[in-house]
Amino acid sequence: MKDYLVLRVIAKLMIAFMLLFALYVQFHGDFGPGGGFQAGVISAAAIIFYAIIYGLPAARAVVPDWLVETMVGAGVLLYAGVGVVGLLLGGNYLDYFVLGHDPVHGQHRGIFWVEMGVLITVAGVMLKIFYLFAGRAEGGER
Amino acid sequence: MMAVVTVAIAVRRNLFAVVILGGIYSFLMATVLVALDAVDVAMTEASVGAGISTVLFLSALFLAKSEEMKPLHKPFLPLVVAVATGAVLAYGTLGLPAFSDPNAPIHQHVAPRYIQEGERETGVPNIVTAVLASYRGYDTLGETTVVFTAGVGVIALLRRLRQRTRGDKR
Repeated sequence: MKDYLVLRVIAKLMIAFMLLFALYVQFHGDFGPGGGFQAGVISAAAIIFYAIIYGLPAARAVVPDWLVETMVGAGVLLYAGVGVVGLLLGGNYLDYFVLGHDPVHGQHRGIFWVEMGVLITVAGVMLKIFYLFAGRAEGGER
Repeated sequence: MMAVVTVAIAVRRNLFAVVILGGIYSFLMATVLVALDAVDVAMTEASVGAGISTVLFLSALFLAKSEEMKPLHKPFLPLVVAVATGAVLAYGTLGLPAFSDPNAPIHQHVAPRYIQEGERETGVPNIVTAVLASYRGYDTLGETTVVFTAGVGVIALLRRLRQRTRGDKR
């Protein structure tokens, strides 16, 4: 698909908006529909879109394998780490009230980081699965 | 309409059409969820079900043939099993409280507290986010771990296969 000029230009235009929309879904999840799962999938979809139009090596140059594999684990660790920080600050595990100077602020902070962990893991896993499938396709038939 | 799509998926032999029909089914499901006021779930269904799954199916399809093979055995036994399971499930729904009954146990346990106190306690207007990330933080940690485990499983399976094929070539 690398030769289709229209696709390439439109893709370049749309990917920026897709990533922006993913960030909107992530950070506006407190007020509207959305959150880590959806935002992770949308941001992964933006990269996959790029990979489909520009080819897998181009996408691997933007988001390399080691980064994707780190993301898979880092998200869960971040989520679990929020719980540990709560423990260290004198609360229960995954207790957000102790994270800020007042409870509501602590809740905001806790939810923010937890959703961030979900986003990182989901995006990483989706990208990794796509890379593996597409990598097999490129190594095999082409 | 969803029934039509489901039957079409079962009947079709062309896998490309089946994948696209699967995406259409997901979008229909998302509209149903929007009608039920479950916007968060609808969004997940649209992005995961119709978006990522379709792409993953297509990339898997690229590795396989695009025509499904003729089934080797008669479909009667699976049909009987499916109908029987469906009948048991439908029978099970008879014991559930009526749809959107405010007195149902699920609406009486912790839900009123989430609705009434959620915004004050967490400062988050979207109750789905408040329940998901704060009140039910353990469950969401579990879900994230499930996603993580699925990813690690796929990595373990596919990467080993790739190394083996590479070793065969040498």
